[in-house]
Amino acid sequence: MPREEIAQFSIDSVEVLAADGSVDESLVPDLSDEQLLELYEHMKRSRRLDERSIALQRRGEIGTYAPAIGQEAAQVGSAFALADDDWIVPSFRESPAFLTRGTPPAKILQYAMGMEEGAEIPGGEGALPPAIPVGSQPLHAVGIGWGNAMQADPGVALTYFGDGATSEGDVYEAFNFAGVFDSQTVFFCQNNQYAISTRRAEQTNAETLAQKAIAAGIEGIQVDGNDILGVYRVASEAIEKARNGTPVLIEALTYRRSMHTTSDDPTAYREAAEETEWEARDPIVRFQLYLEQRGILNEETKSEIEDRIESEIADAITEAKAAREDVDPAEMFEHVYEELPPELESQMAAFRGETDE
Amino acid sequence: MSERLRVVEAVRETLRSELDRSDDVVVYGEDVGRAGGVFRATQGLQDQFPDRVYDAPVGEAGIIGMGIGLAATGMRPVPEIQFQSFLYQGFHQLAQNVSRMRSRSRGTITCPMTIRMPYGGGIHALELHSESFEAGFSHIPGLKVVIPSSPAETAGLLRSSIRSPDPVVFMEPTRLYRSFREEVPDDHEIPLGEGRVVDDGEDLTVVAWGSMLQKTIEAVDDFEASIEVVDPRTLYPLDTETITDSVRKTGRCVIVHEAPKTAGMAGEITSRINEEAFYSLEAPVERVTGYDVPMPMFAREDDYVPDVDRIAAGIRRTLDAD
Repeated sequence: MPREEIAQFSIDSVEVLAADGSVDESLVPDLSDEQLLELYEHMKRSRRLDERSIALQRRGEIGTYAPAIGQEAAQVGSAFALADDDWIVPSFRESPAFLTRGTPPAKILQYAMGMEEGAEIPGGEGALPPAIPVGSQPLHAVGIGWGNAMQADPGVALTYFGDGATSEGDVYEAFNFAGVFDSQTVFFCQNNQYAISTRRAEQTNAETLAQKAIAAGIEGIQVDGNDILGVYRVASEAIEKARNGTPVLIEALTYRRSMHTTSDDPTAYREAAEETEWEARDPIVRFQLYLEQRGILNEETKSEIEDRIESEIADAITEAKAAREDVDPAEMFEHVYEELPPELESQMAAFRGETDE
Repeated sequence: MSERLRVVEAVRETLRSELDRSDDVVVYGEDVGRAGGVFRATQGLQDQFPDRVYDAPVGEAGIIGMGIGLAATGMRPVPEIQFQSFLYQGFHQLAQNVSRMRSRSRGTITCPMTIRMPYGGGIHALELHSESFEAGFSHIPGLKVVIPSSPAETAGLLRSSIRSPDPVVFMEPTRLYRSFREEVPDDHEIPLGEGRVVDDGEDLTVVAWGSMLQKTIEAVDDFEASIEVVDPRTLYPLDTETITDSVRKTGRCVIVHEAPKTAGMAGEITSRINEEAFYSLEAPVERVTGYDVPMPMFAREDDYVPDVDRIAAGIRRTLDAD
């Protein structure tokens, strides 16, 4: 038997809105002016919440925080493409996605203040709480997408993870299980070039992360993650495919412009020149140029949006601080089981007794 | 109505009746579909419920992790892990997510999943097919840990586990799968967290579970002393009261398990006896357990696992102690 090529694979990459604000008109998604402004406002709100959160952490008012500065287009564009009944299954850097899905900024701050209250998912919200263990959550999305399929529920689960997570075995298992069970799942990999200090090139020898879909027999595509129009377009198409039982992996090329978390100092492992280079490709600047060129955004609307965001976040900070004051320590015993087992009941009684003394 | 079943059949019939009772129940795992599981615990179920009984790809993290998502959509996943030691490849999903989902979301996302697995020695299988990690699972807040010791117990406890709003690690003693038959009432339910007194007695209490319970029953047969045998059935939450009530009455206690001695459940049970019934003790609490060695391969398995003689020796020492 001769040796012959038996399979061929390729990966597409999409960019609609280039860094200079120019667009490929043939690929521009069908969004109204209002929707475009909404996207812009979500990105601005995320950026501002991150900036304020870093400052709050520096003043000791919140704990460790993982900013998503630079990744707003990737998250806002993909979350905006979801229907209300769809799910997001996030990692720990997903404030932009949560905000886009309507989570109040106060909740995000509460989470950063070390309160489980910040990870409550009110009924019907379609989200799982932030997942700290890297790469653990895509499997949960596969279960949601499969459970929905079994119940004839069209809801899709879109899960966020990073370039580092693609090295985790669980992420491969997730791709593979999704393919086997036709799970209604979109895997949204934000390749922000760094897993803390480890560069993308040191993470894997694979040419793209999108191609990791191929081994699992699901679809993979790459998109410029700083191009909100491209992300929205690619995510919308993937979500529709997933709704019909075809899981898709999206690799969004972006850049973590800020630190890994507030405990991290990126100057230890990267050059300022690199940061400057990516600043020029910033997703908000690019989209703003586009909106201004199209006459959708002017100085007046811009400052209206900024003022609104400023006061929303100020209110959120006040609300989160007040909630922090109301924390009942004994609530740690609740929500471990549906009903408190006797052993926990006696531990709680002892705790209350000791703290009352 | 009732039926005379073996443990493996009790598992199968309980799964069948729960699949039949609720469209939310979904059974999946490695080889559980077409083959019916390596122990045949799920045999025939896929034919009857083709849309809710599945073969899963080989991947324990996948099997457990996916269950979290299924549960979030309102399903009741009942995955099988082929052997307990294989669960270690998905242990992180259990410890990081299954157990914590309820608390980290403050009760807004729950994980009513029952993870079934054979555990313990007795079938002379390959390496890493015979471990007993119940103490490890019991150390993870948010999980319930259940071990049946007979066919009727299997049916009653598995049914309650599947219906439980909390995640359950359900450990089936491999040794008992086909060892004996017993009447199993239809729709039998045993509340989780309630132990049972298997045999009443006045002179000494033996606490044992899983396949060690059957060996204990055999061991106490030879004694003239009146020995009370307690099966906790659920290791978390542990029914402390049934154990300490018994020890208060007898004043002497032996705890038997197959798992290694150090940090095993016998240590925890001893502590609870000390907390609740110390002044009733007439002798130190004795532990008859496996050794602090990796579970040996089967040439030495019978030397590791407590047998009737070791249990009897422990009972004798404790009866004789002043």
